[in-house]
Amino acid sequence: MRQLTYAEAIREAIRNEMRRDPRVFILGEDVGKFGGCFGVTQGLIDEFGEELVRDTPISEEAIAGVAVGAAATGMRPIAEIMFMDFVTVAMDQLVNQAAKMRYMFGGKISLPMVIRLPEGGGLQAAAQHSQCLEAWLTHVPGIKVVYPSTPKDALGLLISSIRDDNPVAFIEHKLLYNLKGEVPDENEPIPLGVADVKRPGKDVTIVATGLMVHKALNAAKELEKEGIEAEIVDPRTLFPLDKETIFNSVKKTHKVVIVTEEVKRGGWGGELAALIAEEIFDYLDAQIVRIGSLNVPIPFTTVLENYVIPNEIDIINGVKSIL
Amino acid sequence: MELTKELLLNMYTKMNKIRKFEERVAELFAQGKILGFVHLYIGEEATAVGICENLTDKDYITSTHRGHGHLIAKGGDLKFMMAELYGKATGYCKGKGGSMHIADVQKGILGANGIVGGGLPIACGAGLSAKLRRTDQVTVCFFGDGASNQGTFHEALNIASIWKLPVVFVCENNLYGISMRQDRHQAIADIADRAMAYGFPGVTVDGNDVLAVYEAAREAVKRAREGAGPTLIECKTYRWRGHFEGDPTVYRPKEEVEEWMARDPIPRLARYILDNNIATEEELKEIENNIIRELEEAVRFAEESPYPEETSAVEDVYTDLVEEGRVR
Ligand SMILES: Cc1ncc(C[n+]2csc(CCOP(=O)(O)OP(=O)(O)O)c2C)c(N)n1
Ligand SMILES: [Mg+2]
Repeated sequence: MRQLTYAEAIREAIRNEMRRDPRVFILGEDVGKFGGCFGVTQGLIDEFGEELVRDTPISEEAIAGVAVGAAATGMRPIAEIMFMDFVTVAMDQLVNQAAKMRYMFGGKISLPMVIRLPEGGGLQAAAQHSQCLEAWLTHVPGIKVVYPSTPKDALGLLISSIRDDNPVAFIEHKLLYNLKGEVPDENEPIPLGVADVKRPGKDVTIVATGLMVHKALNAAKELEKEGIEAEIVDPRTLFPLDKETIFNSVKKTHKVVIVTEEVKRGGWGGELAALIAEEIFDYLDAQIVRIGSLNVPIPFTTVLENYVIPNEIDIINGVKSIL
Repeated sequence: MELTKELLLNMYTKMNKIRKFEERVAELFAQGKILGFVHLYIGEEATAVGICENLTDKDYITSTHRGHGHLIAKGGDLKFMMAELYGKATGYCKGKGGSMHIADVQKGILGANGIVGGGLPIACGAGLSAKLRRTDQVTVCFFGDGASNQGTFHEALNIASIWKLPVVFVCENNLYGISMRQDRHQAIADIADRAMAYGFPGVTVDGNDVLAVYEAAREAVKRAREGAGPTLIECKTYRWRGHFEGDPTVYRPKEEVEEWMARDPIPRLARYILDNNIATEEELKEIENNIIRELEEAVRFAEESPYPEETSAVEDVYTDLVEEGRVR
């Protein structure tokens, strides 16, 4: 086993795929010599050169659209949007073009493209640099949405995403980039649509994504001191969704708390809650609890930001509210 | 053109205020007193000041992520700016905005902007509004060389042109969009050339020469006020510091930075003032001392101000308060 950070794992996945498949290339703002705003693509330009590690102008719509056009004609682009907030600028190309092209063309084309989207708060970066917009993407048929929480998952899931013939939105949490973790020595893909139980338990199921997986793990340690065993399920891909793993856990514990950093209203977490209510309602012993950011823009100053984004206390309170 | 003593000293004051404010912010950021993303304006002072000297409080500006200079040039108050950077309740945005979103609506400052190119169509909206309300207000839209590659740039210039909007587009060409040198992000040397494609005048000026900027802006603002439509002014300038505080700037040669630092716009204006016997060295020193005092007061104000109450997080946006708030 090697130790890699989350950022290094992402870079390792890109490097691995670029070495094995000459159709894979990167484009984005400052991804070349600068190495990306968060240093994720550092050094790749030295190995693969400017042709395959392409610095773009500040033109998000063109970044996404160029990825669509290149993917439609035989390449496998990996586009980086510097902050997920800026994906809003690229939305037409993702929603009206990338997501629909294969379907609209009667299945006669494939679009093997990945769009990397660093999201999340905690950096006092304020309302336009802190959002979690995964629900914008999971709402659109035709895009897969991946969201790893560990270096190991980032590596394996990104490899699968690059090899996938569909458009994949690959979400990364900015606060996870420096997280170190064990990674297998071989660069193996992890299939999309397979959840991972990050901690076994019998009393309550916590489904958490991204950074919230780690906050849930901390909360579970506290709960354990009081004799409460929380099972933590990380879906790892938001769509396709591994309902089976999540449902099996809920059927066992009969209680579920869903924790995501996205603003709660209209979030992906609401979709999951609805699925549980629709499909395994009879197994529930209590109402479904959703924990997310408050329904406001992410504020700048630390006290306010900390108040808006969920933390361990909110998770513990959420669990206790149904025990 | 008559350059009065008052005008020249105003410009000298504002440019120094920006410089000293930014230098202090750099220190405070390094000390961890200011958090988040901070983009400093040092080196570009002549651009904001030369432009804004032509505006009144009734006129509007849209600003960028590199907005402190625009704010100060348009009359922003150092105390409320500093308090906002500290994230305090007394700041311009009650701690909700920070550096990238400072606004002073009373002074016509429609906000710094975290989205590159985000301000361009907003400026057109303000221009249209002034036209529909039959006022003679002008809107100045600041943006960078990098922003001139966003779709919004092209859409905004076109719409301002066909509707003859009272907008002055001011491109601060500081040669880089983060690490991307201009000759790598576009194939033209003068961004002002792009105005031609939309059918209105574009001019390129030395953005480190406050008098040249002032002169170009005077023409453009006059044109806008008289209903003759937009102008694009490209100011060639340079940021001395990294893109944001903490940027190691590996992408540009030291010689280039030194070369531009030698073209410092502030001593240049001082020289003009002294050579033409407009003011004495003592008068200029006095101006600087006053700024230092004002700045220290601003820092003290920020330090002593309280942080906002947690629960203010759910104010200032429409929310269903019943579902908001946390119990911790
Ligand atoms: C839509 C969008 N894309 C990317 C960014 C990230 N970003 C912030 S500033 C910047 C460079 C801007 O360059 P320029 O317009 O030349 O302004 P300068 O920083 O040089 O003043 C970039 C890419 C952003 N904030 N918004
Ligand atoms: Mg620039």
